[in-house]
Amino acid sequence: MIQALPVSQHFTATRNACKLCTPLGACLAFSGVEGAIPFLHGSQGCSTYIRRYMISHFREPMDIASSNFGEHTAIFGGGKNIRLGLANVIEGYSPTMIGIATTCLSETIGDDVKMFLHEFRKDHEGEALPHLVHVATPSYTGTHASGYHDAVRAIVDVLAQPGPTIKGVVNLIPGMFSPADLRWLKQVVRDFGLEPILLPDYSDRLDGGTWSEYKKLPPGGTTIEQAARMGQAEATIEFGFTTQESSSAGTRLKDKFGVPCHRLGVPMGVALTDALFDKLQEISGRTTPECYLGRRGRLIDSFIDAHKYVTGKRVVVFGEEDLVVGMTAMMAEVGLIPVLCSSGGKSGKLTDAIRSVAPEIAAQCEIHEAVDFEEIADQARQLEPDLLVGNSKGFKLARELHRPLIRVGFPIHDRIGGARILHLGYAGAQARFDSIANSLLEMRQHDSDVDFTYF
Amino acid sequence: MTDNEQVHASMTIQTDIPILEGRKAQIHQKGSQPFNIECEKQSVAGSVSQRACVFCGSRVVLYPIADALHVIHGPIGCAAYTWDIRGAWSSGPQLHRMSFSTDLQEKDVIYGGEKKLYQGLIELVEHYRPKAAFIYSTCIVGLIGDDVEAICRRVTAETGVETIPVHSEGFKGSKKDGYSAACNALGRLVGTGDTSGIRPLSINILGDFNIAGETWVIKDYYERMGVEVVATITGDGRVDDIRRCHGAALNVVQCSGSMSQLATKMKEQYGIPIIRVSYFGIEDMSQALYDVAEYLNDKTVMRKTQDLVRDEVSNLVPQLRRYKKDLKGKRAAVYTGGAFKALSMVRSLRTLGMQTVIAGSQTGNKKDYAQLQEICDDGTVILDDTNPLELAKFLEEKKADLLIGGVKERPIAYKLGLGFCDHNHERKIGLAGFEGMLNFAKEVHGTVTSPVWKLAARRGRLEGATS
Repeated sequence: MIQALPVSQHFTATRNACKLCTPLGACLAFSGVEGAIPFLHGSQGCSTYIRRYMISHFREPMDIASSNFGEHTAIFGGGKNIRLGLANVIEGYSPTMIGIATTCLSETIGDDVKMFLHEFRKDHEGEALPHLVHVATPSYTGTHASGYHDAVRAIVDVLAQPGPTIKGVVNLIPGMFSPADLRWLKQVVRDFGLEPILLPDYSDRLDGGTWSEYKKLPPGGTTIEQAARMGQAEATIEFGFTTQESSSAGTRLKDKFGVPCHRLGVPMGVALTDALFDKLQEISGRTTPECYLGRRGRLIDSFIDAHKYVTGKRVVVFGEEDLVVGMTAMMAEVGLIPVLCSSGGKSGKLTDAIRSVAPEIAAQCEIHEAVDFEEIADQARQLEPDLLVGNSKGFKLARELHRPLIRVGFPIHDRIGGARILHLGYAGAQARFDSIANSLLEMRQHDSDVDFTYF
Repeated sequence: MTDNEQVHASMTIQTDIPILEGRKAQIHQKGSQPFNIECEKQSVAGSVSQRACVFCGSRVVLYPIADALHVIHGPIGCAAYTWDIRGAWSSGPQLHRMSFSTDLQEKDVIYGGEKKLYQGLIELVEHYRPKAAFIYSTCIVGLIGDDVEAICRRVTAETGVETIPVHSEGFKGSKKDGYSAACNALGRLVGTGDTSGIRPLSINILGDFNIAGETWVIKDYYERMGVEVVATITGDGRVDDIRRCHGAALNVVQCSGSMSQLATKMKEQYGIPIIRVSYFGIEDMSQALYDVAEYLNDKTVMRKTQDLVRDEVSNLVPQLRRYKKDLKGKRAAVYTGGAFKALSMVRSLRTLGMQTVIAGSQTGNKKDYAQLQEICDDGTVILDDTNPLELAKFLEEKKADLLIGGVKERPIAYKLGLGFCDHNHERKIGLAGFEGMLNFAKEVHGTVTSPVWKLAARRGRLEGATS
């Protein structure tokens, strides 16, 4: 690594966080199961804020129930509230699953949610209840990304069932990506003649059409039956190098049901996408379909066409750790230099992950975990990047530096189409790369005194 | 019959959405029974209320004070979700748009967050040199019992920057209790500044938050009337103005839910009278200006007010005509934070020829709702603290063409293929004042008459297939 920059003034407080809280991630993961509704055990505000935040990105209905703590509840515990809340949610929504995530409040008073759920089931013995999936998400540990992974693992814990292996069924645990990404993943696996079980799958629920009449819960999602069959799949493919082992649904499926787990980097850029296709070839025994080879060829051709315009351009990347790793890998392949890779996450694995996917740039790159946007800004001012890659929250910095921001990840709430951004695969790399190259070209035009119209 | 009406007429409404037992008394249909709505109670658990929490109430009120440091003491979520979400603009400092948090970690929760808060505050105050600092307590701080008051005293003593605790633990009530905590915090500033030089014809603007520059519009009107505006609380707010606002002759309160408590306190303490106004729509806006002129009882002010209203209205009304032509007979639903604003919406919609078929709010009281149902037509559904399912149910049943609400309500309208107007704190278009009424008309017209609805599923097209 290059010499450490002069240390910016240290702040104990977080100034413009580059992360969100764990229950948000859990709510997103729970949204990916058919007929499921997220339920936050805590104050009303948490569910409302998270709803507002997610609606601004996905622009879709996003109902999250709350057990609605009052002062009494905080003192005497949330047992009564959760029972009433669950009963009301069942009456109102008739869900197939309720994903219950605890907030910092209920975690700290030590509510025994497992016992509450046990009591609730006893109270309703003989009735057909939805599946009740509980995950502990105290917001003073981890980030929205870790809350997401923990919730996926919790779904697997409750829903996956043992049984004889079903040939050709492949579990996909994608990590926190867009509905467009999830859609792409399912298609790829199908094109290898395999049957994908994607968990979570909010591709339709958070990117759907208009309705002729109001639907209490949006259609789509991993079905309960599919989630049950995850314990009988031939293999699991789980993406991401920064997930904690304890949060890994793939590991859980391996330990509990013996389903082999293949952990790959998020398929962004050529090499990481190749790794996914190699794995699918291995599992399916088929070769990569022609259409993907064509896509790959065109991507590399475009890298060549544009390499001179992007070579050596300095980029600041930020967001969820695995997204940063994937984007860095893709950019390094074509000679862009991510001079600062930063995340509010704190897995302890970011540096190694970047070294493994982009060894050629690791020496020129500052890698920082657990940073906020003001720290990123302090560094970026010194590093003088040509470009920023990350979510909408980077706009303030992009504007200050007068540099383009290529929007990826979550949240994208200053543009339309956060749900439709394709990050993954050759096609995702193509779209992101074109945006990067073209914004650099546009910047050159914009900054030039001459109104030239071709490069 | 227009195209839309034909579609409506041929549509059979089928909703199997139940109304929860615990909520039935919070819904009233005008004309169906004697008016006796239940309100001002805690949201029903599991009802998916559109409300937020105590912290939210405090945060939204104090947010626009632009030269103050706003620090949220707690885990990261509360701060992250309120980072720069308000369209509360400042004519100067932008400090309010930053998101500061103690970002409590597990160890802080176990051992207490006081040290971290103290250290964090000292650094922030030294670096940003704000005029004052507000420290918001979140749920968890109330639980672990950090003595925020003591830390604030210490930081004030050591830095000379007044550091004010805001007791806004999320579970301590509803958003309204957060307003109260914010008013308490503001109360510590009021009365601490020099009032010399304030003219007798002077007011404070309370309860306008300068969403998309609205405070500037309103302030300009009052100044054109020859009235001095001492402090805007809190839109485009400044600490020093708030310190001396007790020197004004009158408090003009718009968002009364949030600001009544402060105004009442100032009345008790400094004898400053209060008038309650609304800046939305021609009638309410004009009334707001006339009420102030009348109270100040000055001939010149009154004459200037009459001139101003005449000029503005005669400029505005012809411009509204073309929108009204298309909007006549359309049906609207209104769901706002406070109920007083809903009244203005009903009147404004009527100005545009539209009928309000659903009206509700998150925090209204009995008096608000009585007034609301009074001005609505028979059959209008009045809702207190509603939720997405109920809203959707009534939008369908009442065949609404438009929903006015905030971001959380938006997808409900869009999924059903009807227009939407954001009247919440995130909008970037000012809707207050006479020019705001024109913006409102344009926005409502643009969405209600959009050709996109012809393509939407509710109008008989196929729903999008799932992948």
